[in-house]
Amino acid sequence: MPEKNPAGTAPAAPVALKLTAKDFKTDQEVRWCPGCGDYAILAALQSFMPELGIPRERIVFISGIGCSSRFPYYMNTYGMHSIHGRAPAIATGLSVSRPDLSVWVITGDGDALSIGGNHLIHALRRNVNLKILLFNNRIYGLTKGQYSPTSELGKVTKSTPMGSADSPFNPLSLALGADATFVARTIDSDRKHLQSVLRAAAEHNGSAFIEIYQNCNIFNDGAFDTLKEPQTRDDYMIRLEHGQPLTFGADGQWCVVHPPGGFGLEVRETASVAPEEIVVHDATVPEPAYAFALSRLPEADLRYTPIGVFRSVQRPSYDELVKTQLDTAKAKVSGTPEQELEQLLNSGDTWTIL
Amino acid sequence: MAKQVRQLDRVVIRFAGDSGDGMQLTGDRFTSETAQLGNDISTLPNFPAEIRAPAGTLPGVSSFQVHFADYDILTPGDAPNVLVAMNPAALKANLPELPRGADIIVNTDEFTKRNLARVGYEANPLEDGSLDGYAVHPVALTSMTVRALESHDISKKDAERAKNMFALGLLSWLYSRPYESTLTFLERKFAARPELVAANIAAFKAGWNFGETTEDFAVRYEVRPAKMQPGTYRNITGNMALALGIVAAGVRSGLPVFLGAYPITPASDILHELSKHKRFGITTMQAEDEIAAAGAALGASYGGALGVTTTSGPGVALKGETISLAVALELPLVVVDVQRAGPSTGMPTKTEQADLNMALFGRHGEAPVAVVAPCSPADCFYAVLEAARIALTYRTPVILLSDGYVANGSEPWLLPSVDELPDLRVPFATAPNGPDGRFLPYLRDPQTLARPWAIPGTPGLEHRIGGLEKADKTGDISYDPANHDFMVRTRAARIEAIEVPDVEVDDPDSGTRVLVLGWGSTYGPIGAACRALRQRGLPVAQAHLRHLNPMPANLGEVLRRYDKVVIPEMNLGQLAHVVRARYLVDAIPYNQVRGLPFTAAELETMLEEVIKNA
Ligand code: SF4
Repeated sequence: MPEKNPAGTAPAAPVALKLTAKDFKTDQEVRWCPGCGDYAILAALQSFMPELGIPRERIVFISGIGCSSRFPYYMNTYGMHSIHGRAPAIATGLSVSRPDLSVWVITGDGDALSIGGNHLIHALRRNVNLKILLFNNRIYGLTKGQYSPTSELGKVTKSTPMGSADSPFNPLSLALGADATFVARTIDSDRKHLQSVLRAAAEHNGSAFIEIYQNCNIFNDGAFDTLKEPQTRDDYMIRLEHGQPLTFGADGQWCVVHPPGGFGLEVRETASVAPEEIVVHDATVPEPAYAFALSRLPEADLRYTPIGVFRSVQRPSYDELVKTQLDTAKAKVSGTPEQELEQLLNSGDTWTIL
Repeated sequence: MAKQVRQLDRVVIRFAGDSGDGMQLTGDRFTSETAQLGNDISTLPNFPAEIRAPAGTLPGVSSFQVHFADYDILTPGDAPNVLVAMNPAALKANLPELPRGADIIVNTDEFTKRNLARVGYEANPLEDGSLDGYAVHPVALTSMTVRALESHDISKKDAERAKNMFALGLLSWLYSRPYESTLTFLERKFAARPELVAANIAAFKAGWNFGETTEDFAVRYEVRPAKMQPGTYRNITGNMALALGIVAAGVRSGLPVFLGAYPITPASDILHELSKHKRFGITTMQAEDEIAAAGAALGASYGGALGVTTTSGPGVALKGETISLAVALELPLVVVDVQRAGPSTGMPTKTEQADLNMALFGRHGEAPVAVVAPCSPADCFYAVLEAARIALTYRTPVILLSDGYVANGSEPWLLPSVDELPDLRVPFATAPNGPDGRFLPYLRDPQTLARPWAIPGTPGLEHRIGGLEKADKTGDISYDPANHDFMVRTRAARIEAIEVPDVEVDDPDSGTRVLVLGWGSTYGPIGAACRALRQRGLPVAQAHLRHLNPMPANLGEVLRRYDKVVIPEMNLGQLAHVVRARYLVDAIPYNQVRGLPFTAAELETMLEEVIKNA
């Protein structure tokens, strides 16, 4: 901890903050392909950050490897561009030993779900106080166009000329299976929605997992177009709002119901069901089954894709639990660390030679 | 009956039995009694990898060897003078290492037809004359224990299990050990079940009294206290010393310690021990895998903690990419590798020092790190303090190469006083260091070549670092050819620039022509062999490396002082290879990879040959 630093270099207390989006920009040239969805996400984040009310020096972005993982270089905070898939592990060590920091993980579908899958699920089950933003473009961009663990079955790419033979992960189902306490989805092109989800995530204590649909216009262009184009988006996208009935479509002609006897949720014509049968969204349902059922709604063509906060429940964070143990142990200490050490060294069966 | 008492200067006892027989505990207690008496001690446990291998089989044999003497000793002893064999398997497994004339105390109760057949004895070795060259003491350990505990209200099984205390009582009598510490120990261990305290103490005393009354042991022995430096001692294993060293490094640096670890033999004890010391501000995290353990430790270092990760060879292989990142980020990271026999899973409970190449070279790209090695169990304490010093001062990963032999072996440790331990405090960066108030994360200290350690939370020093090549000073991403060349050379130079003490040479005679160079846990057997040779008038010099990278500045000169340089290693010549490449010295490798430490005797024989031909 800095306050224990022998050189007495504890960071100064934050002064009143008057930050703007500009304060979060760095002097580094942004090097994503023109038109990449990452630009929109970066801009949304930079303009959202001042809202946090946290001084820049107490914010850390940690990323893995991939196009999205260049992100920290463009945020004028502390940042680390680490190694492929390992950002959640590195961020865990930082977060748990520095509870005073706001730690964000930037990752992609290959980074988080392929090479780093293990770290992601373990960070989520521990409920480490991390905000994890997964930019899902359903392709490997940086390595120039191989299929990713979220690419659809049969996807033809450089490494799968006859179509991929493996079924994709559903990132939200995976996160929910790992007992994540905050799970949300948003989309690069909708800044307002993106920021509303960021806001909810920032307020959440523990791991917040956000899947951001991000367009890779070079290798997988238009992957989410049905959710963006005016002709389709209203019928394809379900906007989740806490306490609101799950209806969608231009005139609310579609709705989500939980058919009796079934395990999941289904889409019906609103006119065909009694209003009380329409599911009212509640992100705080303790059982993850509801959020899981929501996560299974989308079909292969992205029809019925919910966006928003699927789940937001409270559970002690790993950081808090670890800190409580440390504090409890430290509370019993009477001497200086040196005295305690002297005592520890001299414990056990000792003997003295004169 | 007053028995004859004979003085001995040293004894090696091996307790051997089934892994369920409590031999490790018995050996441990005997060691503790011996320490109380003031002998010098060295111990070596040897146990199967399986938690409970099938009872009564050869793979299930577990043993504990203790060497004690009235002078200072360096090894747990080549061969036992006394073998305590709790069953036929223990006898069969250990007999080949027993010199003729040795004492064998056997538990005759276990020498049943069935047990003999299980390990392939066609006839009972206690009866067929095959043990004629040994002093065999048949003792019905189990039945005597059960009989001694008849009046105790415990199950037959519990009574039988107390037989190891009977054996301990007998051995404690035989070697005139003070046993108070064992009684206290039993009271503590079975505090929750007073009937077991009483039973185990009764079994111990029954064993002691049996020694006193039986005709079979006509002589009792004494080994006088060794002349040891005044001070307070405790007996310590390498893993325990290492854990305490990590605690000490935290205290002496004033930094919180973060240990990331994944359970692995033979390193897990360090995690167990450190998890008890949260009061020192030590966070221990049992990570999801070896990679996360290193990653979390590095993340903690980035935040201003002393990041440590402890593992064995297979774990270091997995951590390689993270260590490489730490090389690029130039952050402190202590990586402890308690080496075991490889490759792959190898022999997890057996020792080896074959990870030197991996420590020195086992990463992609030019990724030099500092490497240090402890030379004895107690030395693990000082070695890890040195690893922490280098990591913190030079902001680099440091790999510490312990091994199963020093990790599980034990010896008396003269306890240091805390204020004599090295001061490991280092400053964090607090203010911009570049022109126009800019912060340059890769502007180096001209002396140490270390970059500033600017931890998150420090206003004005916000910066980004990463695994991509960085421009000198600014740390910005750079693909410039000249910059990369410069940075690669600088990273190498900063490891070379680490100040390490000169290697000392132990060479009391004149006209010595042969030098033995070692590293790590071979210190004891090499030292014992050198002593034996010198006593026989054969001069030999010994030098032992604590620092494997960078190597001591005087090493080249030391190597050239002698006609012949011999390098014994528990691998196929990894240090020898480096020494030959770096110093152009025609070093003679002497190698063994049997999962066991060298014996002093075999080194003595080998060195004698070299000396005679030098
Ligand atoms: S390859 Fe795709 S994801 Fe990567 S920067 Fe280019 S457009 Fe963006």
